[in-house]
Amino acid sequence: MLKIILSRIAQTLVVVFFLVTFTFFAIRAIPGNPFADAKATSPEEQAALEAYYGLDRPKIVQYFNYWKNIVTKGDFGDSLSMKGRKVSTLISEAFPVSLKLGFLSLLMGIGLGIPLGTIAALYHNKLPDYLAMIVAMAGICVVAFVLGPIFQVNIARPLQFLNVAGWSRSSDIILPAITLCFGVAAYLARLTRGGMLDVLSQDYIRSARAKGVKPFNVITKHALQPALMPAVTYLGPAFAAIITGSFVVENIFLVPGMGQHFVLGVTSKDYNLVLGLVLFYGILMGIANLISDLALIFMDPKLRKG
Amino acid sequence: MSQALSSSPMSEIEKGTSLWADAFVRLRKNKLAMLGGITIAVILFFCFIVGFVLKVMGMDANKQDLANRFAAPGEAGLLGTDQLGRDLFMRVLEGGQISLLVAILATVITVTIGIIYGGIAGYVGGKIGGIMMRIVDGLLAMPFLIIVILFREIISVRVDNAARFLVNTWKWDSDFVLRYANLIPLTVAIAAFGWLTMGRIVRTAAASLSKQEFVEAAHSLGLSHQRILFRHILPNMLGPVIIYATLTIPSFILYEATLSFIGLGIEPPNSSWGTLIKEGANFLETNVTVLLIPAILFSATLFAFNFLGDGLRDALDPKASKD
Amino acid sequence: MTSCRSKSDVQIANEAGILIVGNSNEPKGLDPHLVSGVLESNIIRAIFEGLCVEDPAKDGSSLPGVARSWKSNAEFTEWIFNLNPEARWSDGVPVTAHDFTFSFQRLLSPDPNWPAKYSEMLHFIKNAQAYNKGEIKDFGEVGVKALDDFTLKVNLRGPIPFLPEITKHYTWYPVPKHVVLKHGEMNTAFASPWTRPGNIVSNGPFKLKEWKTNHRIEVVKNPEYWDAETVSLNGIRFLPISNYYTETRMFGDDQLHVTYSIPSEFIPYAKEKYPDQIRQEPYVGIRFLRSNIRRAPFDNPKIRRAFALAIDQKAICEKILQGGQKPAYSITPPFGEYKPPKVIAFDPERARELLKEAGFETSAAFPDISILTTDSDTGRREAEALQAMWKEHLNINVRIMQREWTTYLQKQYDADFDLAAGGWIGDYLDPTTFLEMWIKDGGNNSTGWDSPRYEELLRKAENTADVPTRMGILAEAENILLEDTPVMPIYWYTTNYLLRSEVKNWHPLLLNNHPYKFVRLENN
Repeated sequence: MLKIILSRIAQTLVVVFFLVTFTFFAIRAIPGNPFADAKATSPEEQAALEAYYGLDRPKIVQYFNYWKNIVTKGDFGDSLSMKGRKVSTLISEAFPVSLKLGFLSLLMGIGLGIPLGTIAALYHNKLPDYLAMIVAMAGICVVAFVLGPIFQVNIARPLQFLNVAGWSRSSDIILPAITLCFGVAAYLARLTRGGMLDVLSQDYIRSARAKGVKPFNVITKHALQPALMPAVTYLGPAFAAIITGSFVVENIFLVPGMGQHFVLGVTSKDYNLVLGLVLFYGILMGIANLISDLALIFMDPKLRKG
Repeated sequence: MSQALSSSPMSEIEKGTSLWADAFVRLRKNKLAMLGGITIAVILFFCFIVGFVLKVMGMDANKQDLANRFAAPGEAGLLGTDQLGRDLFMRVLEGGQISLLVAILATVITVTIGIIYGGIAGYVGGKIGGIMMRIVDGLLAMPFLIIVILFREIISVRVDNAARFLVNTWKWDSDFVLRYANLIPLTVAIAAFGWLTMGRIVRTAAASLSKQEFVEAAHSLGLSHQRILFRHILPNMLGPVIIYATLTIPSFILYEATLSFIGLGIEPPNSSWGTLIKEGANFLETNVTVLLIPAILFSATLFAFNFLGDGLRDALDPKASKD
Repeated sequence: MTSCRSKSDVQIANEAGILIVGNSNEPKGLDPHLVSGVLESNIIRAIFEGLCVEDPAKDGSSLPGVARSWKSNAEFTEWIFNLNPEARWSDGVPVTAHDFTFSFQRLLSPDPNWPAKYSEMLHFIKNAQAYNKGEIKDFGEVGVKALDDFTLKVNLRGPIPFLPEITKHYTWYPVPKHVVLKHGEMNTAFASPWTRPGNIVSNGPFKLKEWKTNHRIEVVKNPEYWDAETVSLNGIRFLPISNYYTETRMFGDDQLHVTYSIPSEFIPYAKEKYPDQIRQEPYVGIRFLRSNIRRAPFDNPKIRRAFALAIDQKAICEKILQGGQKPAYSITPPFGEYKPPKVIAFDPERARELLKEAGFETSAAFPDISILTTDSDTGRREAEALQAMWKEHLNINVRIMQREWTTYLQKQYDADFDLAAGGWIGDYLDPTTFLEMWIKDGGNNSTGWDSPRYEELLRKAENTADVPTRMGILAEAENILLEDTPVMPIYWYTTNYLLRSEVKNWHPLLLNNHPYKFVRLENN
């Protein structure tokens, strides 16, 4: 167990290192100026701003300074586009929002995707299979920027208790979470269906059936756990992705989460913000993968020994 | 699949063909997948053949008629007109051309790079393979947008120059050249990100294949690494690659649409389905047809590709065939 | 947090006396000396106050703010502002004339590290420009002086009869000397630590209560405000809604009192659905195309003119924008006593002739050109319409280059464009707010155009006190600009927004700077 945790941590550190390095140089290679403003910036101001943020030095020096500040001071720098705000503050404000939204939509996705996938597998190539998969696929076949406005106009408006958008009432999470959960549900349903089909063809399931174990018990007691392995593997990265990558939904429903920072950070060339987010995302991904690993071990005793 | 292919390289070819024949029989049993396949064929026919013929006959998707905006279907053109009085039928066909071209081309690039990189990483294995995969993991976690914007900026200048050369030197039609030239940066940008997942899948397959007996046999026969990799390992990975590629196309269509939402899509006045839907969504309350028509086609195509891909996977997966 | 919505957001806010305002985006900051955008100014106007205050119902009229009264000499070159001794910062410290001199000195700082965007708004003051450029070292030579704690004397570089108008702009607002210095030095710029929540002290009718990034900014009534009796609202909530479609839908769901904008797609719908709430008001602003005259083909004024004349402005206003925008025949919109010259009007015939005169009989040899615009849907639609018009009337293909905001701006500063769509909103009610930007090397000129004669006329107007004469000189200058057409006017803006009927004392204003202190919410 400890070995697995340690190796995950080591892997995560390597990934984060590559990730930050790539991002650091890639975003600086994009043309555009983080200090461009509707009112022109004079060359002197530009130079002063660059000097203040250390952008006047050679890129390689900036790169080492970036790591140095993180390691020695735990400082992720200041946002370049939102002056006076620290990257760490922005992330710590947005993360709880995204975490809440991501967690809820993930739960909804699981609640929708796994049953649909199971049904589809049990009725392989029959009508329920087709219907279940059509429902499940809706999330990846109808784009969020169509689904979102449709929900706003056709659900939130007629329903008194739901707001069209915003993040002030506890009910405000419902529509964005539903919009997001479809994407998760689609992948989960597909993975569960595939996993289930695999398991159902295994000999031990056949023998269990032959022995007269009730079909429902065959599924819940014997088949479901191994069939969910691929889905669990997917859930880790999906969690990290849904937390950081929900720009469209955040924009439509006015959710103050991390996705907006990601997109606006890139388009406004806010180097520090993007790097901070990427770093955070890398670590989050590592943690999510670790949890996935542990869940898999928990589910499959065979893995525990190895 | 490995079980079916574990004998010597020679007999494997015969088995391979029978595997494909078997797979096709199984695929035909899956009605949804077949329906998906037919839908794709119909949509491809309309977008590429009907769209092209109509274009040659002089119908222009970008011709505006500001006096005749939001004409009802049938009133002007088959599906009416959009917010700038342009023929919606032509726009949907040409939008489909662009969406599908971007997705298909990006998939071709993805498959090529993915097979080479993943194949090498899987076959070599060990530390080098591990490092190669960590690089992929790192890139995979990178914001998609950075890669897209970066590639667009780097490539678009070169593509522009090439397009200019075609127009000025070889006297190609400039509308035609520009229309397709400006797909390239977007396609490359999507592929630059998309190959990563393909690389991973191929690596896993290659790693397990390279431990198989027939590969060991090939080694003992003294065949070169290159020959083993390209003649014995890669052909055996075709199954997962084809499945994944079919599933990649709809996800790339979706990527392109999302990029359009952010404003990084295809250059106006040309539109992809993504841009049509994005602009259409603004008329949800007022002129819902400009949203519905592209959205239905878009979703139908995505459904079709997804079901065909899933069907192919079921069909090519020998374990499922035991049923 | 209430989970069940028995009352809408607006109902709850009405009971609490809070105005909910759609404010488009997250503000870049709240330091009056460092920001430059409209949405920042909306918040700053609530929490700070200048010498004079906007009249809620009448353009060009000023009410007492920090200054109780003001007078000028006959030439309008020397002004005395008598400050209200009751005016206080939100921490109870009186606002004095020294806060103003400190503020002016801060904004005009020649320190190259000082990234003030709008210091030229103070260049009306004598020697301010020279100090700002570092040509004068002693701030004592600049024409502002605190005669005592509550008397401020301002000497101008020339006669400016409309100075009270200008003092309503946020660049003229005081910043609290004692607080700025507590959290840094005068020019601790980039972070403006004094404006952070918890630190900020302001002198307006409201003060900052809460600032959550991308979520909301809430201000509450400032009990220390000298005229707190007049202030009816208990607070204002600014929501950074960048998606205007969502914003309009929120308005329909009773979540907002005022929207920032209405997307043009929604205008006919809003007219029908909210006939009493839709506001379409004239706004002092212009939409135009900058041309890059440093490179072919727009180095040729005939071609610039041809492109300008081939724009069917009326069709753009009526068919695409639908918000009551007016075709623009000049850069400065007509307002007050200014009558801009009528130069540009849709004339495809003449446009083709001009193109022919410029040597392009057929379009075959015409160089590849593109129009640079932002990545918004409206920007796209406008560019597509222009593209189709040039194709139809001039048979010239123009490509559209949509770029995200910072790249779009950078390309203009780098002069890496052919045509660029853009706009300008007046900062104060005088034509110079539109004309000064086209001087040689002006930061927002970007066209590469300049004309000594044009600038000579602007300087001449600066020293002319008589209003009709002055306006005549400015119109002559504008004529030079338009005849040479480095900028192609398209239309004059209107503000289109939705306003709930319980919001009272909110009247159309040309600069759209509604003074919140007079706004009331009427519950029924």
